[in-house]
Amino acid sequence: MLWELIHQNRRKSLALFVGMAFLLSALGYFVGFYFDPENGGYVGLAAAIGLWIILTLISVTSGDEILLKISRAREVTRDVHPRLFNVVEEMKIAAGAPAMPKVYIIDDPSPNAFAIGLKPEKSAIAVTAGLVSQLNRDELQGVVGHEMSHIVNRDTQLMTVAGVMLGSIVLISQFFLRSMWFGSGSSRRYRKSEGSGGGSYFPLVMIAVTIVLAILAPIFARLLYLAISRKREYLADATAAQLTRYPEGLASALEKIGSSGLPLDSANKVTAPMYIINPLAEKGAALSALTSTHPPTEERVRILRGMAGFADYRSYQRAYAKVKGKPTAIIPPSGIREGKQLQVRGPSAEPEPERDKTTTARDTMDLMRAVNGYAFLVCACGLKMKLPPELAAPTVACPKCGRENRVPAAELATIGAVVTAATGTGAVPGQAPTASEGAEAGGPYEYVRKGTGWESFSCGCGNLLQLSPAFQGSALSCKLCGRTIVIKQ
Amino acid sequence: MNGIGWIFLIVVVVVGAFLISLFNSLVGLRNRVKNAWAQIDVQLKRRHDLIPNLVETVKGYVTHERETLENITKARSRAMEAGTVGEKSKAEADLSGALGRLMLVVENYPNLKANQNFLALQEELTSTENKIAFARQSYNDAVLFFNNKIQMFPSNVIANMFNFAASEFFEVEEASEKAAPKVSFTK
Repeated sequence: MLWELIHQNRRKSLALFVGMAFLLSALGYFVGFYFDPENGGYVGLAAAIGLWIILTLISVTSGDEILLKISRAREVTRDVHPRLFNVVEEMKIAAGAPAMPKVYIIDDPSPNAFAIGLKPEKSAIAVTAGLVSQLNRDELQGVVGHEMSHIVNRDTQLMTVAGVMLGSIVLISQFFLRSMWFGSGSSRRYRKSEGSGGGSYFPLVMIAVTIVLAILAPIFARLLYLAISRKREYLADATAAQLTRYPEGLASALEKIGSSGLPLDSANKVTAPMYIINPLAEKGAALSALTSTHPPTEERVRILRGMAGFADYRSYQRAYAKVKGKPTAIIPPSGIREGKQLQVRGPSAEPEPERDKTTTARDTMDLMRAVNGYAFLVCACGLKMKLPPELAAPTVACPKCGRENRVPAAELATIGAVVTAATGTGAVPGQAPTASEGAEAGGPYEYVRKGTGWESFSCGCGNLLQLSPAFQGSALSCKLCGRTIVIKQ
Repeated sequence: MNGIGWIFLIVVVVVGAFLISLFNSLVGLRNRVKNAWAQIDVQLKRRHDLIPNLVETVKGYVTHERETLENITKARSRAMEAGTVGEKSKAEADLSGALGRLMLVVENYPNLKANQNFLALQEELTSTENKIAFARQSYNDAVLFFNNKIQMFPSNVIANMFNFAASEFFEVEEASEKAAPKVSFTK
């Protein structure tokens, strides 16, 4: 564990916290003074401190939720996307994190991801739908490992604190700059200083200082914010490589994300630094080294690929020095000290068949519907209907076979519920598995015949069963799962 | 109290606080090792629970591989009964081998590979295998860190005073790895 980094982040969070309080107070004082030289200074100071306290409270209690809402992220449960959830759990175990972070999905085809949280026990990881559908398992593991590293190294703590403080400074400064254009303060000031007599240069100096502060403050704050992000991206890459024991996974993921070229709609200037690759950067545009929030992607990929079959911090350090051309130490001593060289593991066998674009697109749409509270109703003919959470009708007609299916009101608006019409039982995630298993294990299922011709319907296990016109029996059993299905006329 | 007395008191308090923090960090690291060990157990149990479902799903399709399936069931019961750490690690390694052979067999049955239930189970199984590997990895990392702290100065002083013992690494040798098949091209 990179203890130096963790302690450094903690200290920097505190320093930022306190430093911003002073900066805000100074800004507030001078802004207030500008408007009212007698008492305005203290009023401004009090207002600024009040604002700072409010922002602190907000960020501590619901800062995460606000950032997630801005990014249009929706929570995902295990049943909706087992693979994503499993990968996050794997990385949680590998990193030794105390608790599972919450998992969110952002409805956007552009692949990207971020992590937030004031402490590892209360953290969250968000990925876009594009990321989940375009990356294979190793790449997804690399990205999730990188985000997990941010959480465990307490980068997210620093970023959340900085995000709140940055936002507040920008707020005050913008308010001040905007009001200055109207010039209402200046006329008041002239009238007052004429009455006070000597020392009329002093207010001018104050004005100048105020203006300079108001213009510098947001720039300074932004520089600070950006300067702290870049080194941490390298360290998160190194930690992810060590956690997954497979740097190539993260490398090829970064390549895919960096070359996708799709802009991320829900990112803005405040949230951009949190993502794994800067979503606002245009392809090919040269970002000034001082102000960019992320190190260049090709460089990160080259370093990861230069680790030459090993996955430990020392190899990352060596690769970093080679790519950068100078022997700068990027990994703090605790990482280097950790000992043995770690061999890279092989790529995981991908059991999934080559997915065509239609299936992938359909799966992604289903995923987004699931996290938005749609319920899935499987008609007896096999068609999977997607019911919006606002649906009020008691039954819905299947577009394929016309059968009226009862709308399972209980399962609507829960995340990812799938109901099979033939069995009439619902599989609502999160409930105790015994309830539905009991029904599935012993009870008979029903199928009501529509007529006397050939009919096909799907058993709950996915097997398609067919009834011929000559079938006279009262029940048949599914060859696949062994269930008995009672046929009713 | 005179000046010297105050200075002495402050020094004692500071040193005491330092020693206490060392002790606490050792306790924290030891707990981390214990937690990591428990996590391995949790994942192994999870794998045991997944297997009956897997065998049932595969049985319907894979009609001529009765022996493979039986091997898995046997390996599973042996793994669940294993007592000592050595027995456990060997039994779990055998189970991993048996499951690997089953996955090879499954490659020949495209119907099975397309079945939704089977795909979900396979994902769970892959994930559980990964989690077992990561839990072992995390355990070894925790042990390394703990052992380092115990053996390095200055925490080794506290460690010896309070009898903190070094932990063992979880080395796993798969039985199948030992008996690698020899390929000979000469007649």
